[in-house]
Amino acid sequence: MVELISERFNYIIVIALMMIGLYGVVSSANLVKRLVGLSIFQTSVFLLYITMGKVFGGVPPILPYPAEHGDGHGSDAGHGTAAAHAGEGAHHSVEAAHDGDHIQSDAQTHGATPGATQSDAHAGAQGADVAHGASQAASHGDLRERVGEAVHSLAEQAAHHDAGPAAYDGVHHTAEIIYSNPLPHVLILTAIVVGVATLAVGLALVVRIRESYGTIEDSAIARADYSDEIERGTA
Amino acid sequence: MIEASFLPAALSDHAPVLLVLVPMVLAAIVAAQPSGRFGWLAALIGVVSTLILALDIYGQMQASGAPVAYAIGGWQPPYGIEFRIDGLNIALLLLLGVMGTLALIFALPSVADEIAKSKQSLFYAAFLICFTGLVGVSTTGDAFNLFVFLEISSIPTYALIAMGAQKDRRALTASFNYLVLGTIGATFFVIGVGFLYMSTGTLNMADIARLLVEQNDNRVVQVAFGFILVGLALKAALFPLHMWLPNGYAYAPNFVTTFLASTATKVAFYALIRFTFDIFDPTASFVTGLLTWVITPLAVMAMVISSAQAIFQVNVRRILAYSSVAQVGYMMLGFGIASLAGVSAGMLHLLNHALMKGALFVALGAFSYAYGVRRIDDFKGLGQLMPGVSAAFTIGGLSLIGVPFTVGFVSKFYLVSAALERGWWWAVALIVFSSVLAVFYVYRILINIWVNPAPVHEPAIKVRRVPMMILIPLWILALANLVFGVQTDLLVGLAQDAARAALDGGMGL
Repeated sequence: MVELISERFNYIIVIALMMIGLYGVVSSANLVKRLVGLSIFQTSVFLLYITMGKVFGGVPPILPYPAEHGDGHGSDAGHGTAAAHAGEGAHHSVEAAHDGDHIQSDAQTHGATPGATQSDAHAGAQGADVAHGASQAASHGDLRERVGEAVHSLAEQAAHHDAGPAAYDGVHHTAEIIYSNPLPHVLILTAIVVGVATLAVGLALVVRIRESYGTIEDSAIARADYSDEIERGTA
Repeated sequence: MIEASFLPAALSDHAPVLLVLVPMVLAAIVAAQPSGRFGWLAALIGVVSTLILALDIYGQMQASGAPVAYAIGGWQPPYGIEFRIDGLNIALLLLLGVMGTLALIFALPSVADEIAKSKQSLFYAAFLICFTGLVGVSTTGDAFNLFVFLEISSIPTYALIAMGAQKDRRALTASFNYLVLGTIGATFFVIGVGFLYMSTGTLNMADIARLLVEQNDNRVVQVAFGFILVGLALKAALFPLHMWLPNGYAYAPNFVTTFLASTATKVAFYALIRFTFDIFDPTASFVTGLLTWVITPLAVMAMVISSAQAIFQVNVRRILAYSSVAQVGYMMLGFGIASLAGVSAGMLHLLNHALMKGALFVALGAFSYAYGVRRIDDFKGLGQLMPGVSAAFTIGGLSLIGVPFTVGFVSKFYLVSAALERGWWWAVALIVFSSVLAVFYVYRILINIWVNPAPVHEPAIKVRRVPMMILIPLWILALANLVFGVQTDLLVGLAQDAARAALDGGMGL
């Protein structure tokens, strides 16, 4: 039970906020308090989106740049290609790590290209980030230094790793990382703007209501409307 | 109607995004300058450009027989936002273009009469933003983008309704209530979209639809459907979520009521059809169950209860507002029947109802312009004083009842035959019963206009001639009620294309 609650802690907060907000909207006769309830209600949805953006064992959706593009970058083509291949290799090894067994052959065929820097090519999934960085940098051939750095650190990473358990390590590691999906954050940024705009319009309306009725209590407004109608004989 | 694209390629290639872009940019320009007349002209340009672009897209679709898709910024779907126009939303876009143009012609005298001069340019800017949002909802192929456009259209709507406060301060509270309920509706919708994103990892509508086919047993998807249904039904004013509508329509400026009554709830109804049939699997048990056991009963309750409520109203605009809720009930019944015939009857009623309510509210605007009248007792003797406008109002009223040779009859005929096809005799009986109730509330207005003599006023009320700018759109709409009541091919064709596009997922052309 405790585990169930702790696993879904965020969702419990979301539901609680949602209910508090909705209750505030329907129960309060004060127009400003209603808007506060509305804001709490909207905030719960923001939290829901942020919660769903956290993924266990996710990897950034950065696609490796095709290798042939690395060739076209002048005198440094060699570095570019190497880095690009390294990126590809590491990416493949991530995929392979999910399968669990193809790691050896895959990493050797692709990842071995930067072997000139004494890399053992078993960087595996752990080196994925670095390799991705390298592949990205490689696509902009003018950033030679960054390419060099990336390849170097990839080599270092690889050097520190044993050949055997690399694949297992990779799987183990990615499963533990909480990856933040950027898309829900961006969506919620938009939704926050919409919420702020709504709140602003709502508060502006409350100001106008206060100016013309002299109150922001629902019941008093209804009374004022009713006596207006009596005056005009339409009730 | 139109067989091919007629604009230059540079324009027609980007037509889907220009639909949204032109009114949006114009809104910013209008807001930055003080002249109300320039604002009106810019708004008219924005609306007419939408109509022209929509016609061009219709031509493109006729020529190619395929939906028109546009990847914003060259980002291919499902990674980028896609604008996608098929047989279903082209009907909405044409409706928005036509009704927007007619309502705007009427706006110039009406807004000059009702809105302070210093606020007019901002008023038109708000209208343009609202229009942008409505067009955006009917264009986009991205679920979250639809939410954003829904709110882009709603937020200026609150401001527009509140502008009625110069004549009646109850517009402020009406607008506030609409703001609270509208925001709850939009938030419910966005919760539903979030659940869809959780279960599919994508926001592109076509992509979601592809991935949902396998997930009918997934509780998250079912909950998502519930949230989206409630959220959009609130925006579409489905009974009993319609509480914001009567006051909103009754106290808003005449132009705003005319425009909203003929477009805003329609767009939400479109989104409902899009999500139910195109994105979710309409054969899944949770969809059919909700449509049959929740939407259909609520739809017939709306038809009967709201029509009955309309009979007892004092304010004529409230009568028509309650009648609007009842008409939404007819559309929802077609939606609940959920067959090809049912959805096309719902879409047909959507188009026809825009014509009826457009004519009726413009006529009310003309009465209000000349005499400043709103209450039903004040309508006595108007038939002698303003026979032309009264005649147009009468045509609209008869169409609302569903008298033969009006558009109201055509859509009720299709709705009845769709219900019979499903074997729902009780629904047919309730349609007829609700039409009888409509006879009562229309009769109450018409008897005052034509039969009861005008009261003698001691100081003669200052009467203004109704300008041509009001009469032209009024008669176009009134005659459209008659013409399309006889020449049914065009609107029925549009509605059936729309239903085919929704249900079969094809182009429906």
